[in-house]
Parts: sequence; C-alpha cells; structure tokens
Amino acid sequence: MELTVNGERHSLDIEGDMPLLWVLRDELGIMGPKFGCGIGACGACTVLIDGVPERSCALPVQYVEGAVTTIDGLSGDGVLTAVQEAWIAEQVAQCGYCQAGQIMSATALLASNPAPSDADIDEAMSGNLCRCGTYPRIRAAVKRAASTQSARS
Amino acid sequence: MASVGKIARRTFLIGTAAIAGGLAVGAYAYRRPPENPLVARADDGEAVFNPYLTIAPDETITIFVPRAEMGQGVSTTLAALVAEELDVSLEKVVVEHGPASEAYANIAMLEDGLPFPTYDESTMATIARSGVGIAGKFLALHVTGGSSSTVDAFEKMRQAGATAREALKQAAATRWGVQPTELETDAGSVRNPATGETLSYGVLAADAVEAPVSRDIPLRAPENWKLLGKSQPRTDMRAKVTGAPIFGVDVALPDMLHATVRINPHFGGGVLSLDTEAARQMRGVHSIIEIDHRLGRGFAVIADNTWRAFMAADAVVVEWEKPNSTLDDAAVSELLAAAVGTGSRDVMRDDGDTDIIFADHARDRIIEAEYHVPYLAHAAMEPMNATARFADGRLDLWLPNQAPNLIQAVAAAALDIPTADCTVNTTSLGGGFGRRAEPDVAVYAALIARETGGRPVKLIWTREEDIAHDYYRPAATGRLRAALGADGLPEALDVVVAAPPIFSPMASRFYPSISLPGPDKSIVDGAFNQPYAIANYRVAGVKTDIPVPVGIWRSVGNSINGFFHECFMDELAAASGIDPLEYRLKLMAPYPVATALLEKVADMSDWRSEPAEGRARGLAFTLSFGTWVAEVVEIARDDRGIRVENVWCAADPGIVLDPGIFEAQMMSGIVFGLSAALGQEITLSEGRVQQSNFHDFDALRIDRCPAIHVEILQNAPRMGGAGEPSTPPVAAALGNAIFALTGERLRRMPFAHDVTFV
Ligand code: FES
Ligand code: FES
Repeated sequence: MELTVNGERHSLDIEGDMPLLWVLRDELGIMGPKFGCGIGACGACTVLIDGVPERSCALPVQYVEGAVTTIDGLSGDGVLTAVQEAWIAEQVAQCGYCQAGQIMSATALLASNPAPSDADIDEAMSGNLCRCGTYPRIRAAVKRAASTQSARS
Repeated sequence: MASVGKIARRTFLIGTAAIAGGLAVGAYAYRRPPENPLVARADDGEAVFNPYLTIAPDETITIFVPRAEMGQGVSTTLAALVAEELDVSLEKVVVEHGPASEAYANIAMLEDGLPFPTYDESTMATIARSGVGIAGKFLALHVTGGSSSTVDAFEKMRQAGATAREALKQAAATRWGVQPTELETDAGSVRNPATGETLSYGVLAADAVEAPVSRDIPLRAPENWKLLGKSQPRTDMRAKVTGAPIFGVDVALPDMLHATVRINPHFGGGVLSLDTEAARQMRGVHSIIEIDHRLGRGFAVIADNTWRAFMAADAVVVEWEKPNSTLDDAAVSELLAAAVGTGSRDVMRDDGDTDIIFADHARDRIIEAEYHVPYLAHAAMEPMNATARFADGRLDLWLPNQAPNLIQAVAAAALDIPTADCTVNTTSLGGGFGRRAEPDVAVYAALIARETGGRPVKLIWTREEDIAHDYYRPAATGRLRAALGADGLPEALDVVVAAPPIFSPMASRFYPSISLPGPDKSIVDGAFNQPYAIANYRVAGVKTDIPVPVGIWRSVGNSINGFFHECFMDELAAASGIDPLEYRLKLMAPYPVATALLEKVADMSDWRSEPAEGRARGLAFTLSFGTWVAEVVEIARDDRGIRVENVWCAADPGIVLDPGIFEAQMMSGIVFGLSAALGQEITLSEGRVQQSNFHDFDALRIDRCPAIHVEILQNAPRMGGAGEPSTPPVAAALGNAIFALTGERLRRMPFAHDVTFV
C-alpha cells in the first residue's frame, strides 16, 4: 500500500482496515495526530487529506485517496504558519493535547473561508473537543490568523 | 558526545526555546536517586546548583519544575520563579520535569504521617482535626493537586535562583579579584560595571557550584520583579502548536511493543474465564496475559501496534465476575438519602447553637431543600497510558502523572522490587484533573513489561476503558435548611452532606494497609469553610460507603458544595425578596476580600441594571484552595432553548504570579464546571458504568462556550491557587440564572435533565 504523508511517499505492508491514525503513529512514527476517542468524536486525530479535515482514527487507511498532511508537516523549515503564529500570540494551548487537531481544523477552515464569522468558527471547530477549555482563546486565535492571512495576501 | 542518558531525558523536556526535532531515544540511564536527584545526571560538565537548576558550559540553563505540567502552566510560572532571581529570560531556559525524588515531594512525611503517630484520641474534635490535617497533607504535598503548586514553590524556587545568582557572582568576583557586591547580573551573565567586563553563566557555572554563598539571600521585592506578576509567553507553547511528541502516548523506545488492557468493568470483579485462542492468532499479537492485581482484574494484549492490540482485545472471549450486580443509580440515591437522613455525622463547623434556633423558629420561616450531584469522569483528552521497561531487575516507567513518588512505590511493589529500583519519568500530561495521581495504569504497564523479555512496552487504554475505569467524582446528596430572621437573613444554617469518602480509599490504593479514620474533609469542602457571617452555622458530612471507586476531580468536594451552598443561598435571598448580591454583601460584610470581589463582579456584569427581556443572570461565590472567586453567569432564551452567553469571574488569589496564565486557568475551570453542569453524568447499572466515550459523556464544545471575562484582584492576605477555584461557583451561578429566568429551581445536576441548552 502506498501513502503520501507530509510530502513523503511510503510503501506499507499493513491491513487495509487499520485506521490512518495508527498507521501514522505506530507504523510511521508521525506523532502529531493524537488519539482521543477512536470514534470520530473528539477531533484530536484531525489531519488534512488534500486540504480537507478528516478524523484519522475513524478512517481505514485503504480509503485514503490523496496526500495526507499532519501538523508535523505544516511548517516547513521551522517557519510556522499564520495559524500556528496566532496560536502562540493568543497563548491558546494549556495541556496542548487537543491542539494539533484544533490547528488542523482551523487551517482547513481558513483555507476555505478566509474571513469566518463567529458562527462559522463555532461550526467548523465544534468537532474538536478541548477539556482544558481553551475555546475563548481559540476563537481569538482563528480571528487573528484570518486577519494576518488577509494582510499577507 | 552527550551521554545517552541525557538524550533520553531531554526527549521529554516540556518547554524550550528550540524544540528538538524528532523523538529517538537511544538507551537508558540506570541510577539510584541521590539526595539531589540532578547530581547523578550531570554529565558533560553540567553544573548542578540545586534540585531546580543546572547550567552547562554551552550556556544551556535547565530549570527543573517539581510539579507536573498538565496545562496549568507550571512549566512557565514555576520556571519564572527561578529565572526572576537568576536574571535570565524564559526564552533562554530549558524546562524539564524534576525526576521522582524526595527533593521535590516529601514522601517520607507521608509514610511517617499516615499511621497517625501522636494525637490525643480523647475527644472527637482532635480526631477530626487530625483526619483533616492528614488528608490535607496527602493532597497538598504529595501530588500535583490542591492548586498548591505556586503556593508551595513561591519561596523555595526563588531562593534556588537567588542562591545560584550569588554563587555565579562570587565565582566571577574571584576571577576578577573584586567583591561580589560590586557586580551585576543580567541576561545570563555577570558584569562588572566598573570595567564593562562580562562573564557568562556557562563559563562560571563549574566554579560557582563550589563557591561559598550565604543561605539567606534576601529575595527581590515584588516592585522589582521583571518576570513575575507579568504575563509570560508559555515555555511549552511552541512544542504544543507544532505537534511535538511530548506526551505519554508519544513515548517511542527502540524495539518497543504496544499493549492495551481490558479490566473487568464490574467494580471489584475478577475473571471467570478467558478464551484467547482466536485473538492470539491475529496479526501482530505478541501475547495475552491475565492481569490480577488488587487495583483491577482482567487481561492485557501485547502486540506490535496499538490498533492490533485493540482489535485482538475485542476478539478475546471473557466472562466477567459480576459483584454488586444490583448497584444502579436508584440504589446510589437510596444509600445517599438514608445517609443524609440518619447517617453518622462528622460536624466540621458548629457556630452558635443551631438546634435551639430551629426548635424555636416559626415553621413558615424555615426553608429546606435537598440537592444532588451525580458521579463524574475526568475524561482528560489524553487517554490513560504508561510505557514500561523491566530488565535486569529494574523497572523504568514513562508516563503522564501527578504523583511520581507514590506511583513509583506501588509499581515497584507490583513487581516485588525495591522502590529504588524503579524510575518514573514524567512526560507532559494531556490533562490531569486529578485522575493522573492514581497508580493503576503504571501498575498494569509494569505487569505487562514483566512478560516481554526486557522489551519496552507502551500501554494505551481505549477511551472506553478510560471512562469505565475512572476514580470518579463522587455522587452526593445535600440537605440544607435555614431559619430566616426578621431581616430576611439566616439566623441559622444547617447543612448535611452525604457522599463517599475520597481520601481514605485513595490512600489505601497507595498503601493497602492504611485507612484514614476520622472525617473526610472533601465531603463538606466548599460548605463548611465559606466566609459567611451566620451566627448559628453547622456543617456536617456523612461518609457513605458505595462500591464505586472515587477520587480527586478538579476542585474535589468544592465542585459539589459550591453548587449546594450557593444555590441554597440564592433560595434564601429569593425567599426573603432580597437581591442575591445585596444578600451576600450583608452576610459577607466582615470579609472585605469577598465584598470587594462581589462589587467587582457586579460592575463587570452590570448586575444592578435590569437584564434585557429573555435574559437573566445568576451569582455565586466560593472560596477554595485559598482563592476567593465570585462569578456571574448570564443566559438568554430563544425558541430553541437556553444559551449560556457570558460568564464574568472576579478572583482574588492574593498574589498573582502570571496574570495571563491565571486568566487561562479561570476560563479553563469555568468551562470544566459548565461541562458538568450542562450535561455530564456517569450512571450505573448492574455494578458498572453505562457511559463509554464522548458520544455519551461529552463536554462543552466551542459552539456552546460562553464569552468569559476575568478580572483579578489582589487583596487576599495569603497566596491562593489557580487550577481549581473557578470551577465550584459556576454551576451554582448557572442554576441561579435559570431560576431568575424561569422561576424553576434546579437542585439536581446535570441541568440538561430539565433544560434544553443551545
Ligand atoms: S481520536 Fe479521532 S476523533 Fe477522537
Ligand atoms: S489544551 Fe488540553 S485538551 Fe485542549
């Protein structure tokens, strides 16, 4: 089986029904996506497949068509994305466990909707649980990233 | 080259300016913990100043924090205590968890303290005080909990920085032949202002650790602080926005196996039969073993991949023993109702003579109510996990945890090895909330590692296992009554709370032979110790034995009693026709710290102006963990239901070391409390938990999260905590807002039973 992750191609001898999350974590050692629930209910495992956010814990690897991007592949050469920079500026993370998934969801949101409303943010981000309750700062960070992205472009 | 031991530990550093790239652990360092746990680790010329600080010749300054980073910011705030006195910026330091050591957590005190050496058993009062004291020590000193981290570290870690700074100046003074008092420190260097010469800390460190310095160096006054008292960028932020492998689940060791466990979900039950035949044939399965420990009985699957372990565990055919098969929610309610009515009471507050007031009081001026809360799971985002390696008679553990010494002792005992032959490495925690002070997952990992011929093995629970095997926030029932005087204020307040005790079973999980006699403070915490001036004021707890494992859950008993006490206060205000704010201002008049917060939160929320049509506000106040907190919740109703729109929080921790992190903790605690108030509930049937994952035990999500506004006052005479105190009042403030909006008094959590939230 062939899989492209963060621009790198991998050949894998694995069961087709293994969820992408465990292929990434246990077979490829890509630890950015986290395991939180295994049933698509928390968003900790969110990755992008051709830019679309997917819950990798509930996605059998045989159904992956397209290039996978994890948080590990977001920032090339240590240069952070506008979303990551906004997360730092707003000091969002507490325990941090959910934040890889939050950042991937926010990245996908801003790619498709550069100026999201509060309702857009709530809708796009409500699949990502945060037990530390960082939501107020997530909202601020998404807005900050939106405005820096629009200033850059 | 840097020693492999150093690489291994640096892998799990929790904050650094430049986060290391990948995760590749080469080997292990086996060393017995010395008195200063860092001395033996100090390879390649690293100078060890004290248990909190090392400086390497390459200018790497490492600050070791003695408490677990679980989101509450200790890796920033505690590091800033050292950095403040050392004159280095936080961007320039590396932060690590200190290893399990007596230097950080006085385990000897617990071991000596628990068997109750000396106290007067002649009076109940003395027994009561002893019980409370022991429970308090257990919580505050030996786990990261009780919101105690900054309070505990405030003097110690500043002193560590100051002593090192003076030693560095002494070393420079010797080189230059001047007096240390002539020298200055700044940005990691010692400078001679007379000559302009500088020497960096890295260059001086080796000499400095030998330099004689006075023990009592005066600490800097708050007005001279450069870092403390100001919001600092978190040292762990970059790692956490780049997905760095810092958590327990991210541990990766060479030749590592993966595992999962299934423990009998019927509390206290064993394994009747186990058929592993099919499971053992599955791809990647290494072995399947039975787990038989006092903390849990079941089985473990060891495989070459976590998912394969999960799948094989599903394929095992197991028959569980089912003790307590009649235990369900109705049974719990009955046990609590019986206990609150007739159970043996531990009176924890008894001002005036409550019985006399009630005996003589007009019946129609007595208000009574009964409140109830359910069991709750912690459901930290990172499922329970631990990595273990057992080789050559030594056990090494890597896990996110809140109590390294205690876990070390229990895990070592499980393998029958001396405690000193076990090391506990603390990774970053993907949430803790009290759950990660427990030893169970480490014990299972140790038992599994015994079966892998020296290969390390990473145990990860499924979320289902995590929900089924928590140490839950107890269910509780409170019976409250008040005798109202002519002025509408309570002449007498009588509170009885029935709940399972927390501290005694928790202590016995670490030390099976120990039980804590006397009252359990957690049962009445948040009710017996509130700053209300009521002449006749009695608060009693009833320990109620129910065979459900319970433990410490963010804010512990305050999470229960903040709700009971503060909704009942609102009931009294309503019965007297007095505004709830004015009511509290009168009752708290002798406590200006509290009244200042009430005025503050009233300003913030515009309390004294009438809310718009379809909106309402509720107020509550709880003093917990030394921090005084007043909160107002504002809700709005539309045709779909009720929406929580705003929470205003005024908090007074005495001194705030990092306002940004403190604010984040207040928000966090509020969201945690709202999650419980709105919808969380662990229910029981046939002696087991019915919930299994986030679909039936959800938490607040961003779409229902209110705007949260926090203001900090610093009037309190002593320093309080940050991690928990905002949780207790929020459910009560919400309940009071619902009453103000609908006239319906909700006395049972979660409120979703009675209200539709949108
Ligand atoms: S782990 Fe995938 S959604 Fe929770
Ligand atoms: S930051 Fe801890 S779960 Fe989101």
